Amino acid sequence: MNAPITPREEQHPLELDRPRVSVRVPIVRVDKQGTLSDRERVERAMRSFVADFGRTSAIYLESCIHCGMCAEACHFYEVTQDPEYTPIWKLEPFKQAYKREFGPLAPVFRALNLKAAVTAGQLEQWQHLIYDSCTVCGRCSLICPMGIDIAGLISQARHGMFQAGLVPHELWAVAERAAREGSPLGATPAVFKDRLEWLADDHEVEIPLDKPHADVLCTMSSIEIMKYPESVVATAKVMNHLGLVWTFRSDGYEATNFGLLSGNTAWQKQLTLKLIEAAIACGAKLLVLPECGHAYGALRWMGANLYGKPLPFRVVHISEFLAEHVRDGSLKLRKLAKSVTFHDPCQVSRRGGATEAPREVLQALGVELREMYPTKGTNWCCGGGGGVVAIHRADALRHKVFELKMKQIDATEAELPVTSCANCRQTFDDGQAHFHWHKTMHSLLELVADQLAEPAP
Amino acid sequence: MTLLDFARGPGLLFALAFFVVLTGWRLIGIALLRSNRDLSEPRNKAAWKGLRLIALRSWPRREFLGGSAFSEITGYTFHVGLLAVLFFYVPHTKLFAEVLDGLTGASLRIGGGWPTLPAGVATTLTVISLAALLAALVHRLVNPVKRLISNFDDYFSWLMTAAPLATGLMAHIYVGSSHEKSLLAVHLLTVNALLMWFPCGKLMHAFMLFAARGTTGVLFERKGAAI
Repeated sequence: MNAPITPREEQHPLELDRPRVSVRVPIVRVDKQGTLSDRERVERAMRSFVADFGRTSAIYLESCIHCGMCAEACHFYEVTQDPEYTPIWKLEPFKQAYKREFGPLAPVFRALNLKAAVTAGQLEQWQHLIYDSCTVCGRCSLICPMGIDIAGLISQARHGMFQAGLVPHELWAVAERAAREGSPLGATPAVFKDRLEWLADDHEVEIPLDKPHADVLCTMSSIEIMKYPESVVATAKVMNHLGLVWTFRSDGYEATNFGLLSGNTAWQKQLTLKLIEAAIACGAKLLVLPECGHAYGALRWMGANLYGKPLPFRVVHISEFLAEHVRDGSLKLRKLAKSVTFHDPCQVSRRGGATEAPREVLQALGVELREMYPTKGTNWCCGGGGGVVAIHRADALRHKVFELKMKQIDATEAELPVTSCANCRQTFDDGQAHFHWHKTMHSLLELVADQLAEPAP
Repeated sequence: MTLLDFARGPGLLFALAFFVVLTGWRLIGIALLRSNRDLSEPRNKAAWKGLRLIALRSWPRREFLGGSAFSEITGYTFHVGLLAVLFFYVPHTKLFAEVLDGLTGASLRIGGGWPTLPAGVATTLTVISLAALLAALVHRLVNPVKRLISNFDDYFSWLMTAAPLATGLMAHIYVGSSHEKSLLAVHLLTVNALLMWFPCGKLMHAFMLFAARGTTGVLFERKGAAI
């Protein structure tokens, strides 16, 4: 169904007072953007797919032996046993496009029609598999006997889906809002400034904004700004405790990147460049990313590639930042006599490599760390990553996945579940409310801010 | 020219040439594709160490053991059996020696420098490999995941792999009989067919395995991501 002609605010009103923040449940779902014909949608998708095919993706797409092992690693398959959720199957139109339009044997496939052309109906059918039932967590990439990075290919497939105007309603709405306003959840510069003033007053903490020069530029995710403002305060407390010259910038504070999650590379670049330019403008040597999984991948691992040259500053996740300061002795913490289990955010840990940093911080807090099984690189995803938590129609499936996570955490019998991703945290909040679970997910950063040792007299 | 003469003469030469040219076309076609330089600051500068994934991924991680056991066991069984018989069964080693002698002018010492399998062991391995292949096929047909993701390539590649094993076994059993030459000709024709199908479908994984595992290993090691 094509979008009705109504103002965007009426079409996609935000819902910020629920355990998970998104747009409100749409009265009429609009999972098809624009008024393109089916043929145009397919052509756009094919052009995008082909533009994305390079040596790495070609190697992967030529390597699959259809062993199906990837299903065993996928949380969506694990909880449903539905073969449709086999990770490599989610890429079927993408694979088909490669074989028919691009691979070394493509002329033969086309001439003899050995591989059918991708159709608009097929792309529409696959929207559910590419968006609703893939958190791009990359667990499947660890089981594939050929070593195919299936999650990386899913991200590329999303580019084509966006170009075809086939993005789930909510994901498109928040991505479009982010491109228009600078934030997917309404955390515009004015709102951000207002919140900082309110938080600084309420918590009696100095929160610098728009310092012309700073060594450290801090960033936040829209979920933190709108739902977990304590994280903003915690960031300020830690930075002030360390005595750093730091700032937030109203021209680059929002690390959430729904351009990446929805598949729009132009929006992804626009949001990434804002942060890069803000860091350069204030001469920051270090940009600290917030507790947000995909924000880490978007800037730490993709930022320089979008910028076109190496970044003139370091980029670290807040957990890495905390660990660095634990290591050099500058972050003094009071002990916390609790047992804790740590939920690894997929994009920071499994796919981002910052797996040990949060554990170093937890060790410094003196907690008893009870690892889940499996943990670290093979930890189960919470089910809300990759934009899935924003999609209402995916709720039932996501909740099934969350049951897996609850069991995993309950088995540790730890007092506090802790993570370092606000998106995971809101997925936990939503799951907790849905299942009336007795556990509440905690933020590693907030835990640290609460345990800061008083400065020596 | 008899069928056997054709199968081991021009037929084999054509199949070999087709195999070499198409395999090269596919591999070079991929190698020449663009690969953008990663400009992000690496966590691990010695990203090449990720090449260890080529060996590491030969066995599933502890966390994944169990779920994929059937595929792993049948896969390893028929691959090991197939390769052992291919490279160490005496008639095959003689053929390789002839080919290598022709190419290098050197004389290969069969039974000395090149180990061989006793005929009984080769026969047993062939039977075991065929049984594993059959089990893999049945699994592909009955397992909902495999059935969904399978296509013509999977089934035809299975046929092309099983046929030389089956015909080779038949030829071995009927050595000395009146059917010997016919069966040997059929065996060689299935080998030729396998050589020609190899670069067209998924059997190319024999080469792609190293490229795919190596690529992921290096990319992930650079980030310090889990491999």
